[in-house]
Amino acid sequence: MDADSKNEPTYPMKNYTGDDHNRINYERSVQQPQDVELLTSNERPAVTRVFGTSVPPSGLSGMIRRYAFEHSEDRYRHWLPLILADRINMMEGLVDDIKKGYFPNIASERGWRVEWKHNPKKMAVKVAAVAVGLLIIWSLGKKQKS
Amino acid sequence: MNYRGPYRVRIEQKPMPELLHPEDAIVRVTRSCICGSDLHLYHGMVPDTRIGSTFGHEFTGVVEEIGPLVQNLKVGDHVLVPFNIACGRCNFCKQGLYGNCHESNPMATAVGGIFGYSHTAGGFDGGQAEYVRVPYADVGPTVIPADMDPDDAVMLTDVVPTGYQAAEMGGIKEGDTVVVFGAGPIGIMAARCAWFFGPSRVIIIDHIDYRLEFARNYAKCEAYNFKEMDDPVVFLKKATDWYGADVCIDCVGCEAEGNTLQTFSGRVMLMQAGAGTALQWAINSVKKGGIVSIVGVYGPPFNLIPIGNVLNKGITIRANQASVKRLLPRLIDHVQSGRLNPKALITHRIPLEEISDAYRLFSSKLDNCIKTVLMPSAKH
Repeated sequence: MDADSKNEPTYPMKNYTGDDHNRINYERSVQQPQDVELLTSNERPAVTRVFGTSVPPSGLSGMIRRYAFEHSEDRYRHWLPLILADRINMMEGLVDDIKKGYFPNIASERGWRVEWKHNPKKMAVKVAAVAVGLLIIWSLGKKQKS
Repeated sequence: MNYRGPYRVRIEQKPMPELLHPEDAIVRVTRSCICGSDLHLYHGMVPDTRIGSTFGHEFTGVVEEIGPLVQNLKVGDHVLVPFNIACGRCNFCKQGLYGNCHESNPMATAVGGIFGYSHTAGGFDGGQAEYVRVPYADVGPTVIPADMDPDDAVMLTDVVPTGYQAAEMGGIKEGDTVVVFGAGPIGIMAARCAWFFGPSRVIIIDHIDYRLEFARNYAKCEAYNFKEMDDPVVFLKKATDWYGADVCIDCVGCEAEGNTLQTFSGRVMLMQAGAGTALQWAINSVKKGGIVSIVGVYGPPFNLIPIGNVLNKGITIRANQASVKRLLPRLIDHVQSGRLNPKALITHRIPLEEISDAYRLFSSKLDNCIKTVLMPSAKH
């Protein structure tokens, strides 16, 4: 009942109006005030009228993110440093928690309770594999010392 | 909800969101879902996913506060909020591409603003929370019809429009054979919605038996497990008289399974933006001159796909984030008339406080989970 007999070849742009030829000269809302650091793509000339303010960049991860945003979205130098920053940010998050006197319950955060409830066999295999891995690392370390 | 790193989330108090722009609204969340694409965030696959972020781009809620320029909503309205943040004024919004808004994400030009989907999508906190800041409140949020179940409404924020647009982009003609890759909520909905366009066959491919069984019953389609095949592409060629499908739809995205090279290079080594296995199979299974429709989420920077086959077979690729606002009138009609039953996909309703368990349940596909809805606490 929803079949389109024309099967518009330019889809997904179904409602072409020609406005693209105005390029970036379109109507905009008022500008959201900026009171947090914002890292913006160098593929656009200005900040968007509205933007998210969650978690501004900080620390070492923030330094790496600032470097990443010096490069365009076309470049590996934009995306790989952001992934690296994410991993460093995770460690920064752990340190922040401990500094505030909170020791994260990793098992709870990872949902191990529900994994154990519904798939105890797989959980047991994972735990055993990690234990064996740690044992191997420990014994190699001991061997190296002696 | 507070993201703490790959596979780690917890509940934590954050400051109440505030009106930061005259067209903002503050919405008190009544329903929120975990999307399959949230798992890419959860698994650490999306660049610029910062510790302390709140995920969640599928939610409904009650308007608690509006900015001075908001005219279409009033306090107390119960709304469904499309996952796209759209200004309604830029060239893309004016042409119906609300998922490609140019005035909602300063951090990347390749993607419009999306609630709770990392700083790559604008750095907005999402709806897996008690309250959310909703920008451009006159454009996206839609008042839920009085006779609509909120569980159906929350599915209209992403799952239904994305599944429907996946089928729509396929340009399905009467009598076509359609193959859908992925039997998650989006794939199941795409298979169901494909029937609106008049195909003669709809086939769904996945590797999880309980989801294939659900798809068979819900979407009335053929369903096959690719782990029981030597080669899914050969299987599909054989199943289509050695011709190839007329339309292939990729509803899997970057965390596909089934190909060792793709999985190792994309999901383990992160040398590409996840594994493009489903898209590779779609391109190789479709007929010459066929259409491949992509709604499965792939992130930056790029993926290994057989572009040579796209050329030599004359394939048309159509892809986009769903333009929810454009589709809502039609889809609300489909739901209210009973032609679509989105809430049937919901298998688990979990309190927001148990978010860690909810993510693990969905990520590990435990307890026959298809779709998880988060319920804010009773006091809200």
